[in-house]
Amino acid sequence: MALSSFEREQQRREQRRLIALLAPGMLWLLVFFLLPLLVILVYSFLTNGPRGNLLWQPTLQNYVDLFTQSSYVNAYVRSLWISGLTTLFALLLGYPLALFIVKQPPRVRLVLLILVLIPFWTNFLVRIYAWQIILANNGLINTTLGAMGLPTLFLLNTEGATLLGLVYGELPFMVLPIYAALDRFDFTLMEAGADLGASKWHAFWHIMLPMTMPGVAAGAVLVFIPTIGQFVVSELLGGAKVDYIGNLIQRLFLRSNPPNWPLGSAMSTVMMIVLLGFILLYFRSTTEEDR
Amino acid sequence: MIEAQPQNKRAQRAASWWPRFNSGALTWGRLTLTLHAFLMYLFLYGPIFVLVVFSFTRDEFGVRWTGFTLEWYVRMFANDRLMGAAGNTLYVAFVSTVVSTIFGTLLALAMERHRFRGRTGVDAVIYLPVVIPEIAMAVSLLAFSALVLEFIRVVTGEVVRRSLVTVIIGHIAFSISFVTIVVRASLKHFDRRLEEAARDLGANSWQTFWRITFPMILPGILGGALLAFTLSLDNFIISLFLSGPGTSLLPVEVYNKVRRAVTPEINAISTLMLAVSITLVVLSQLVQRRR
Amino acid sequence: MHKGYAIELANVVKRFGEVAAVDHVTLQIHDGEFFSLLGPSGCGKTTTLRMIAGFEYPSGGELMIHGRPMATVPPHHRPVNTVFQSYALFPHMTVAQNVAFGLKMKRVPRAELGARVQAALDMVRLAGFAERYPRQMSGGQQQRVALARALVNQPEVLLLDEPLGALDQKLRKEMQLELKSLQHRVGITFIFVTHDQEEALTMSDRIAVMNQGKVLQVGTPTEIYERPTCKFVADFIGETNFIEGTVVEQSDEYATIQTPDGLQLRGYTPRPVNLGEAATLSLRPEKARLVLPSHARPEDAFTMPVHVEMITYIGSDTRITVRLNERRTLDVWEQNTLSTLDRNAYWQPGEAAVLVCPPANALVLTE
Repeated sequence: MALSSFEREQQRREQRRLIALLAPGMLWLLVFFLLPLLVILVYSFLTNGPRGNLLWQPTLQNYVDLFTQSSYVNAYVRSLWISGLTTLFALLLGYPLALFIVKQPPRVRLVLLILVLIPFWTNFLVRIYAWQIILANNGLINTTLGAMGLPTLFLLNTEGATLLGLVYGELPFMVLPIYAALDRFDFTLMEAGADLGASKWHAFWHIMLPMTMPGVAAGAVLVFIPTIGQFVVSELLGGAKVDYIGNLIQRLFLRSNPPNWPLGSAMSTVMMIVLLGFILLYFRSTTEEDR
Repeated sequence: MIEAQPQNKRAQRAASWWPRFNSGALTWGRLTLTLHAFLMYLFLYGPIFVLVVFSFTRDEFGVRWTGFTLEWYVRMFANDRLMGAAGNTLYVAFVSTVVSTIFGTLLALAMERHRFRGRTGVDAVIYLPVVIPEIAMAVSLLAFSALVLEFIRVVTGEVVRRSLVTVIIGHIAFSISFVTIVVRASLKHFDRRLEEAARDLGANSWQTFWRITFPMILPGILGGALLAFTLSLDNFIISLFLSGPGTSLLPVEVYNKVRRAVTPEINAISTLMLAVSITLVVLSQLVQRRR
Repeated sequence: MHKGYAIELANVVKRFGEVAAVDHVTLQIHDGEFFSLLGPSGCGKTTTLRMIAGFEYPSGGELMIHGRPMATVPPHHRPVNTVFQSYALFPHMTVAQNVAFGLKMKRVPRAELGARVQAALDMVRLAGFAERYPRQMSGGQQQRVALARALVNQPEVLLLDEPLGALDQKLRKEMQLELKSLQHRVGITFIFVTHDQEEALTMSDRIAVMNQGKVLQVGTPTEIYERPTCKFVADFIGETNFIEGTVVEQSDEYATIQTPDGLQLRGYTPRPVNLGEAATLSLRPEKARLVLPSHARPEDAFTMPVHVEMITYIGSDTRITVRLNERRTLDVWEQNTLSTLDRNAYWQPGEAAVLVCPPANALVLTE
């Protein structure tokens, strides 16, 4: 029938419009995001030449090194450990903050939220650097302690400082999703709990926390992932004393002489796979809750 | 970003819940929560405050208050290398914002307006640059650019180096995703009947887009553009890996200086960068909330 | 093709995937008519309207506006305008800009444009509101802006998609009258989509009742209410009692059915029925009467011995539920024509009565 062919023509027109909308952005992402990831994957199976040049000889040696040499294995373990700690601290500090914000009247709430958002928009490097001024041996804390006649402390270039910097940098990413979850939470449920004789703590533990778990999970993912690849904080505040994955990758690509791109690529690939595992786990847990 | 318009009934109940549920002996909990929030905002803004203050100190180590001066700002503006880097940074941010805003808006329109096969796959490609660690994206772009530049050398015999162009390509690649996410959020609230109404009143699809759709999602597009601009200004990791010899960018300059020591001059640059970011975030909030 | 038709649909089909949302609809709508598409949600009435507006293209069939084929013409080239369910006013434009939009698209000269916008706003009694934004107005005012915005273009046909759905009851009644008088003044065809049968009866010259993508009956409000041609229409419009049975006797316009209990009930047949066919007797509650057993007369179509079960006084009427047998109760409404406080003189629960009805008041319907 003539009309139904007209309908098909409409569909084709729609199709062309869709392609015109998708093409520029998707092509860019395919060429300058996905394809490079593929290149890294290929590099990770190549051999590093004596002068840091690439030799097109396929090998598994990079992966073997990664999983057998203790300095590399340690870097992974250390990264996972400090990312886990960062996530935990961000959660412990961020949840009560989000709760506080949710309970404010709308206007105050907006201001408090924007105040949490601002650090997200400001230069990470600069904010981490600010801690150097505070923690340095001749920095704010130690000069203050000195002025009061107290012994000075060795604060900068410690793992504690790294952890502090990471929690500081990632806290907003924990607060925002938890806030969103708490905003949707029906607080009359807490009253219902109290009505049924639940203690406040009990009501929090058995009603509020489980119901805001999606927000907590989203926050955990948002904090954990960037922390795994970081190298700036451990360099600026940790004094680059111990290696995390990020430091190793950066060194293998930019600093070491000769550079070792294949090994760096293998490290990056393994990191990505580990993280994608976490992300899949996260999506699985959220979709299961939807069901 | 996160919607801070919780003026729904439940949210108001949440706000009124606290005093009622928390009557009598339980106010300790409320006090603790308030104190905690206060400390968290101190934690978030203390270092920034310190940084700003110490950009005006006379102390040449920049960690002690020894009197007010603007000397470091004068020196900073007289430093050609820094000013050149600042110019480069602005240039990169401008170009990458324009391109990523157009591409990201088109992608957002495609994703919100069309149902098609492979939509989840496209969704994943859009979100991936946001969730994977920046260093993974940086090294893969580095490896990819090396491959492409080598290819150009072999084919044309010309030696092309990494430059601002490579940096811009990288910045666009991650900005597209952020713009898409922000614009999509503004399209979600968009009533498609407005477009039908325009068609009904005699507008063709082109007129409908420019007179109805575009003005209505403009706050979202501006919000996305401001975010892309800020992210590009602040970006350090991708810039570090992709900038070539002699093309320095402000955050990379700051990083190279900061790794050596705290100086009041860096404090001054940092303060300036903070001021720009905070101006932009406030601007973006105003733009997005003006409806 | 008849010249006098404003809109003509011939075997129009619209499929979404496998589902036929509109299934071979044929309609002729006269010029200047107030025509309603009435049906439950999902019956295809809105899809039909959207095809007339041009937002959807038919999968088959022909659609004409004043004799011109329109099925494949895009919406901005059609001589129709729409008033949307939630008004769809442009929030970033003032009332005047909203109303002027269609004229601007048609490149109407500036001088003329201002005057026409003003006239349209006057017509809907919003003269002083030109510089307001839609969000600063009440629902009823927004509704009138939407009307002005559509009518200012002088469309050949005005399409209204449940335009009163968002208003409260009182405003709704006012707007119904206002719409009706507006239509008289401008004299163009209105096609009105609604799921509210009372609204359709009040306003329309003719109504098309739709269900599951099909038009079941087209007629004036009286025809639709008094002479529904099928069970669905009888049920959907107003209230009715249904009694199932088999056709045992049939003469030109009347038929008698026999219920499983052996009751013989006679009624009018809007559509011919066959002997032995399963049929349903439809009896509107206000069209039957209850009498004392001794008062039953032979000229009634039927008499049913019943027992009064429940009496509900609602002011204008008294609604009586009577029991016919174990399985079935029937509703009878009696108008309270006498002003008295004495309810003892009235029916009492448990009392035996006879339900009587002249044959013209009951209908024998098939599916």
